[in-house]
Amino acid sequence: MGRALSLFMVLFGFWLLMSGHFEAWLVALGGASAVLVVVIARRLEAVDHEGHPLHLAWKGMAYWLWLLVEIVKSNIDVARVILASPAGVSPSLFRVKASQKDELGRVIYANSITLTPGTVTAGMEPDGTLLVHALTEGSRASVESGDMDRRVSRLMGES
Amino acid sequence: MFAAAAVALLVTMAMALVRALLGPSIYDRILAVNAFGTKTLLLIAVLGFLAERPDFLDIALVYALINFIGTVAVTKYSEYSHLGHPVGDDARGEL
Amino acid sequence: MGAVLDLLSWASILSGALFIFIGTLGLLRLPDVFSRMHGAGMTDTLGAGLLVLGMLLQTTDWLVAIKLVMIVAFLAFTSPTTSHALARAALKSGLMPWTRAGREVSKENPPS
Repeated sequence: MGRALSLFMVLFGFWLLMSGHFEAWLVALGGASAVLVVVIARRLEAVDHEGHPLHLAWKGMAYWLWLLVEIVKSNIDVARVILASPAGVSPSLFRVKASQKDELGRVIYANSITLTPGTVTAGMEPDGTLLVHALTEGSRASVESGDMDRRVSRLMGES
Repeated sequence: MFAAAAVALLVTMAMALVRALLGPSIYDRILAVNAFGTKTLLLIAVLGFLAERPDFLDIALVYALINFIGTVAVTKYSEYSHLGHPVGDDARGEL
Repeated sequence: MGAVLDLLSWASILSGALFIFIGTLGLLRLPDVFSRMHGAGMTDTLGAGLLVLGMLLQTTDWLVAIKLVMIVAFLAFTSPTTSHALARAALKSGLMPWTRAGREVSKENPPS
């Protein structure tokens, strides 16, 4: 119930920000549509620790900041490769183990790998092994170093 | 300045179209169309500033949604030949 | 103050457009669909981010600012999902990534 309530608050806040109208009638309509979405989400059983990960809200901020820096760095790397020698890239497909036990943690890790240019997660196996495509040796090495893996584990409170 | 950004976006959109035409695989084409859509939504946002009509941003947001749903739908269809819930991992659904 | 903000936002818009251009150049020049995905990813992350940051510095309306931030946040969540769906679908269809050694996958890295 707590999650449903907080989902309602988030949705209603989002509605208010998007609309920019604050007349009573319109706000009531927005509240009603937020309630409707929460009801539908509960019927879909999407209001759980995966669909609405409230517990990650604060630690997530620090992780986002770190990820932002990584994204900028790898963007510059990829830009340099594309400008210098597009035919000189050495792409590779390799496997890396995600150490998170929780599925949400693995998804966060896989999505972070994909979000940084230069590496794309192409598949995940039930035991948590990720299939990753990397554009260059450097981007492959940065995934294999396991730095991001450790940070996601810390975000999930597993290490 | 916004005009320059709009022109740059139009040029890159043309480049994405070239990739969509050249292919060679259908995944190249899907990727190119998705990239084209991302640039379109940025162009809509830039045009909103150029015309000083901030309402354009709402259209850009909706465009982002449609672009995302569309690409996922096409990749899902090409993978499963079905948009519903396939039974097994490689089950071919009926449409 | 205004002039500094203008300068910053122009620089941001210009570098954003530059990153979008380089990303699309990668889309054209890289060898196969898997590596082209990285070029498209550049457009979605830093290109769009810098462009929107530049627009953010030009606006004084906080509703407009929130919508701009939403666009970037939305791209940050959808871009990896589409990339992953596309890479997975391409692999499942039997398309092998281009490597230095040719379109083959070595023994230690078989496709799933």
